[in-house]
Amino acid sequence: MSKIPETLRYSETHEWVEDLGDGRCRVGITDHAQELLGDLVYVEAPAAGKAIRGGEACGVLESVKAAADFYAPVDGTVTAHNEALGDHPQWINEDPYGRGWIMELETHADACSGLMDAAAYGKLTES
Amino acid sequence: MQEDAAPPRHTALHDWHVAQGARMVEFAGWEMPLNYGSQLAEHAAVRHAAGLFDVSHMRPLEVRGPEARTLLRYALANDVAKLDAWPGKALYSTLLRADGGIMDDLIVYHRGGGAYRMVLNAAGAEADAAHLQALADAHDWRVTLCKRPDLGILAVQGPQARTIAAMVLDLPALSGLAVFYALEQDGFFVGRTGYTGEDGVEVVCANALLPDLADRLVAAGARPAGLAARDSLRLEAGLDLYGQDMTAADSPDTSNLAWTVDLRTPRDFLGRAALLARRAAGEGARLVGLALREGIPRHGCVVEDAGGRPCGVVTSGLFSPSLQCGIALARLDAAMAPGTVCAVVVRGARRPAQVVKPPFWRHGAATFSFPEEQEA
Repeated sequence: MSKIPETLRYSETHEWVEDLGDGRCRVGITDHAQELLGDLVYVEAPAAGKAIRGGEACGVLESVKAAADFYAPVDGTVTAHNEALGDHPQWINEDPYGRGWIMELETHADACSGLMDAAAYGKLTES
Repeated sequence: MQEDAAPPRHTALHDWHVAQGARMVEFAGWEMPLNYGSQLAEHAAVRHAAGLFDVSHMRPLEVRGPEARTLLRYALANDVAKLDAWPGKALYSTLLRADGGIMDDLIVYHRGGGAYRMVLNAAGAEADAAHLQALADAHDWRVTLCKRPDLGILAVQGPQARTIAAMVLDLPALSGLAVFYALEQDGFFVGRTGYTGEDGVEVVCANALLPDLADRLVAAGARPAGLAARDSLRLEAGLDLYGQDMTAADSPDTSNLAWTVDLRTPRDFLGRAALLARRAAGEGARLVGLALREGIPRHGCVVEDAGGRPCGVVTSGLFSPSLQCGIALARLDAAMAPGTVCAVVVRGARRPAQVVKPPFWRHGAATFSFPEEQEA
């Protein structure tokens, strides 16, 4: 059973979004997503300053066997990405909601309104 | 990848895998463990200690009767006559079609007294058995083929694998068993074979004995490992996967398997004439290893020569956990010598690649180095 924290919002493409409260949000992939991908070995996240659009691919996650696109869950401008993942991509597997975070965005106030809550995302992963 | 809607088959260890926390996937019509949490940890266990794989999806087939040897000498590109004087010895071979294309690859063991045991890939086992029966029928050879759904197979692989297996099976003779030989005792058939590039054994026994055997091997230090680790281990070891690195469209010559075709005698075997004709016509495609300092090659990626011209395609590619770089097997239009620099197009980017003679990894070390490292 994968973990789905109640405090986060979720996209259909298995990203989580944490509202940091100051017009910024933090983004990563869910526990369910990292289980599907397997051990990650390479992460390519968008650089700070890049404008991204919700639903579009903005990075790449590579496991030993497979490469997967990483999607922007909402519109925004990248303010930072988790540089430590360059040396520690396995943090996404070990701690997907903590030190395995992928990027931070500057976004508009109601950017997360179209995302799912934990209960809805839980149903998605079960189906 | 199943062609019909039949539910995937379960090995005798299915419930054991689930209890061990395996993530199960469908593979060649069977539900098999992909990993038990971490492919990387399982891969490392096999390289440094011991891993335990359920390979019961691979199917034993007994070949017996006065003309069993005759059938196998005709059906296999390698020559089972090499096993005549050595009961217990094993041989790797391809099974060729009349046109020289590879139907399957397999290991055959001579059990003495003209009896053989083959171990066939999951996907091809049924068709292979039917093919062998048809050959026997067509030549009126007195051969009995016997499928063994009552048997399963565990692979114990890694530098500590033989010690662990010898202890658990109470088989001290395992310490003296030569590579590619098998011994049998008390219903356990133990071959010093594998698919990881490490030392180890494959144990064939009754399905009912598998869960207890698996428990005891784990208690003795073997870590359960799934198909994901099996794939990264075999690719580092430079071993082809049937259906991916070779298919019925490929010959042994174009699959890095020319060494498994025995042409030393005039023995007539199925596919021989076609193979020699392909050689005479100059069939030049070759399966080579590629190593990339940056980028991870994947199945289907295009390979380009130094001048940017497409010259082949990646058949298997992944991130090598032992080497910490991308590695691949690729079928090129023509041979390229080890050390030659080419490129793999990975997600639209042209990534420099170095031709490597497989294996990539052997006896605990890389078999090659990138040029800058040679200078250092």
